Amino acid sequence: MREINAQDITAAVKRLCMEANSYLPSDIKERICNCHQNESWDLAKNILGIIKENYEIAEEKYVPICQDTGVACVFLEIGQDVHINGNLEEAIHQGVREGYIEGCLRKSVVRDPLDRVNTTDNTPAMIYYDIVPGDGLKLTVAPKGFGSENMSQVKMLKPADGLEGVKAFIMKVVEDAGPNPCPPIVVGVGIGGTFDKAAYLAKKALMRNTNVRNADPFYADLENEMLEKINALGIGPQGVGGKTTALAVNIEKMATHIAGLPIAVNINCHVTRHKSIEL
Amino acid sequence: MEKRVTTPLTLEQVKDLKSGDSVLISGVIYTARDAAHKRLCELAAEGKELPFDVKDSVIYFVGPAPAKGDQVIGSAGPTTSYRMDPYSPTMIALGQRGMIGKGKRSPEVVAAMKEHGAVYFGAIGGAGAYLSRCIKKAEIVAYEDLGAEALRRLEVEDLPAFVIIDSEGKNLYETGRQEYLDSLK
Repeated sequence: MREINAQDITAAVKRLCMEANSYLPSDIKERICNCHQNESWDLAKNILGIIKENYEIAEEKYVPICQDTGVACVFLEIGQDVHINGNLEEAIHQGVREGYIEGCLRKSVVRDPLDRVNTTDNTPAMIYYDIVPGDGLKLTVAPKGFGSENMSQVKMLKPADGLEGVKAFIMKVVEDAGPNPCPPIVVGVGIGGTFDKAAYLAKKALMRNTNVRNADPFYADLENEMLEKINALGIGPQGVGGKTTALAVNIEKMATHIAGLPIAVNINCHVTRHKSIEL
Repeated sequence: MEKRVTTPLTLEQVKDLKSGDSVLISGVIYTARDAAHKRLCELAAEGKELPFDVKDSVIYFVGPAPAKGDQVIGSAGPTTSYRMDPYSPTMIALGQRGMIGKGKRSPEVVAAMKEHGAVYFGAIGGAGAYLSRCIKKAEIVAYEDLGAEALRRLEVEDLPAFVIIDSEGKNLYETGRQEYLDSLK
């Protein structure tokens, strides 16, 4: 049994909150650069140029890439042979609290969806636990902005809708979103499971490096096909027209019930932030 | 080539701005999001005076990050505008001439823009670090309790944006995409 102190988790979460908000993952940066180079529509190209300059400024000055520094989504893969000394959940919230205050990150969380009073420290975090074999502990912090979160959708398709239904739903969500989620976007898709598992898979899909395709060749092909189809819509960066609507499509799938075909599409903007550490 | 726009934004200036124009905005603008808009519209409904001069004003839909180190203001890119749709027609009727945000607007907002002469600018969503550099001065005017959502007075210099919807109702989100797709034929 390996022992990990709650204070070490707080320190790690704090650092990840601050770094994830200023340093864009390298795969996303590469994709923005490539799209900037390949974009043929003038206004679209100018916008991509500013988006590129923006993440460079954020990195250099260690300031947030976007003012919406999000709700802190914290993913844990906890080895089953790990014992945490202290209160794990409180340790995570404390890390978010310290990171958002010290890092001058925006506090965007309200304590209740209807009375809407700001908690002033960006807590609570949204926490996702995965128990895995071994004695490791992997922490991922993904600050999720709500301009794109608001454009996400879940749908319980019929099995008869099949692959065509899946494709049509992904296209519908992107089309409905249009310019609102700050394109170019990253599209996370979850297929299968239950109502809630599909949404969870879609969010997990956004954590995957965009240069890594789904391990199943069928789904890898579907990711490529959907990316091409989305970019043929012509929505363009910020919706002004152009070939760059999405940077990537990541799909995750799992088993489901004989009667169902759940699907969720979670949209992220070009500021697709996540940072991990192994303790 | 960008058009230079200085505030206060007069009706004559607005008429000269066309959907698709790239602009650089300079002068005094105000920030407000949903919560501040709600309060402003409540004041207006009670016939009370607003905490800033709304005539010929430009409102930037933004909730900035806190300033860090020697920054004037933290990252400050636009928020999604449709959340202000219930309030913008009232504000436009009171004399507001410009809005800076991102994303689609309702038919009611566009109708008010055409009736009174107003323009909707798009700033680049997600470019908060870049855009904060165009803000030279920032102070809270009202609603400090709203934190990031407080009403602020900003002095901006060459803030890059583009005209999404002009005072005739022409919409870049519709025409830009179509023109791009037509260019491929």
